[in-house]
Amino acid sequence: MYAQMVKSTGQGVKPREEMSPQERAFQDRIDADQKIEPKDWMPDAYRKTLIRQIGQHAHSEIVGQLPEGNWITRAPTLERKAILLAKVQDEAGHGLYLYCAAETLGVSRDELTQDLLSGRMKYSSIFNYPTLTWADMGAVGWLVDGAAIMNQVPLQRTSYGPYSRAMIRICKEESFHQRQGYDIMMKMANGSDAQKKMAQDALNRFWYPSLMMFGPSDKESVHSAQSMAWKIKINTNDELRQKFVDQTVPQAELLGLSIPDPDLRWNEERGHYDFSEPDWTEFFDVLRGAGPCNTDRMAARRNAWDDGAWFRDGLMAHAEKKRARAAAAKTAAE
Amino acid sequence: MAAAVKAAPTREEALVEFLLRLGDNTLILGHRVSEWCGHAPVLEEDIALANTGLDLIGQTQLWLGLAGEVEGKGRTADSLAFLRDVWDFRNILLVELPNGDFGRTLMRQFLFDAWHVLMLGRLTESADARIAEIAHKAGKEAAYHLDRSSDLVIGLGDGTDESRRRMQEALDYLWPYVGEPFMPDAVDQLMAAEGVAPDPASLRQEYDATLRRVLGEATLTIPQDPFAQLGGKTGVRHSEHLGHLLTEMQWLQRAYPGASW
Repeated sequence: MYAQMVKSTGQGVKPREEMSPQERAFQDRIDADQKIEPKDWMPDAYRKTLIRQIGQHAHSEIVGQLPEGNWITRAPTLERKAILLAKVQDEAGHGLYLYCAAETLGVSRDELTQDLLSGRMKYSSIFNYPTLTWADMGAVGWLVDGAAIMNQVPLQRTSYGPYSRAMIRICKEESFHQRQGYDIMMKMANGSDAQKKMAQDALNRFWYPSLMMFGPSDKESVHSAQSMAWKIKINTNDELRQKFVDQTVPQAELLGLSIPDPDLRWNEERGHYDFSEPDWTEFFDVLRGAGPCNTDRMAARRNAWDDGAWFRDGLMAHAEKKRARAAAAKTAAE
Repeated sequence: MAAAVKAAPTREEALVEFLLRLGDNTLILGHRVSEWCGHAPVLEEDIALANTGLDLIGQTQLWLGLAGEVEGKGRTADSLAFLRDVWDFRNILLVELPNGDFGRTLMRQFLFDAWHVLMLGRLTESADARIAEIAHKAGKEAAYHLDRSSDLVIGLGDGTDESRRRMQEALDYLWPYVGEPFMPDAVDQLMAAEGVAPDPASLRQEYDATLRRVLGEATLTIPQDPFAQLGGKTGVRHSEHLGHLLTEMQWLQRAYPGASW
């Protein structure tokens, strides 16, 4: 759920009898768990929804470098510094795979980047929260990557081949990220009083934003229903959120930390934890750009792009010169 | 505090000092490079630069680890990195200079890599087997760094008017810092006499040849002024920039002494 609230056709699932023969054949392939590949025919809406979803996911990886990048120069040991740098580098790599997957649908990385920088496309709400202490590096790995994995593991089975293959690679790295985050939390929770305080504070600040990562309940959402029929989305937001809570509560107990929810309790009958909903007003504020870090995150991305224009232009010009020289040398030799 | 360079260090003092120079170069440059993470002009460069940073941090762990071991006072690579003050750092001035634009960062990387590759190549023949072993591993990484930084310096020098102007400005700005690693002092002389390391001055000719080849292809003009700013590798006079870098890098270790992370 690096992709939240992705809109599809807005018309709900098309009934089979209204489908053209081509659409029916397409849906049959999806129902038979066959992968759709770039050169295959696909409905326009499928293509558009996927571009939105993969693009948003890619942007999340890129903007997601920033909150953790914030601590690379302050990592407390050489090993922690190397691990964090490698992790943030992985996120950039994930962005790259995903932009490549999106390119197979006919949209270039530069176009998607322009859409991010102009605000037309979004990235996950979670990256608009600040990282204030070293324990936040633990909390981000443990909770944010943990929540991401919940969504991404099923997406390995998504119907679009390039997206599915990108997710398989990404998931391998994400589970390492989550372990390193939990390892930081473990050190902090078992450390000095100041470190324990940092760990609890990080959990307090990241708990509800992590629950928001799954997006609001989509039981009634027409977009989600269509995406699920196309196997672009595999589970509902509520299913994933519940799974995340059920997995995370015992981990917090093991750390000796308290989940900041007085109403959290095990529900024997349901076989799940009951928990409080996050503040959805805050979620929509963050989505519309009023989160604590939206302005800074976008400014950082715009600066990187604008300040790098001369660099990209220079290398393009050089490649062109080389090509022209090689062509001239070839002509001279003939 | 490590003693400032004495006229006649003992062999062991000189060896520790020499290892600190190697480890501090990679530590400080690795830190500078890591400052770009998430902010580079293209995704591929963001990833590649992080790789360089990772290699340099890894080499730091080896060099500073060995320095602590040789010193025998219980200091680790981490305590050396995070608990020394400016005057105890032994990196050359070049690597502590701020990143500037991406062009200056790449030019600094190239000027360092060209020296680093030569130094590590010679250190693979060190009389000290531990040094030879680290140099062998680090040398492969440095050769890759040099390939990459050379390509980019050439591409940007021989790119647009603006990219060429920026690269020439970067070269002119960094030029006074190029000479320092080649200037021998008592530590270098002792290491050379013991067969541990080459005489640093002996690397200059080949270094200049690399510069002529790459900067020539980049259509850049190599400055002729031989003046060299000194004081980094001896620790006598670092730039004002190093203190700020350390303030950031060492903050957690300083603010929470003795905590385990």
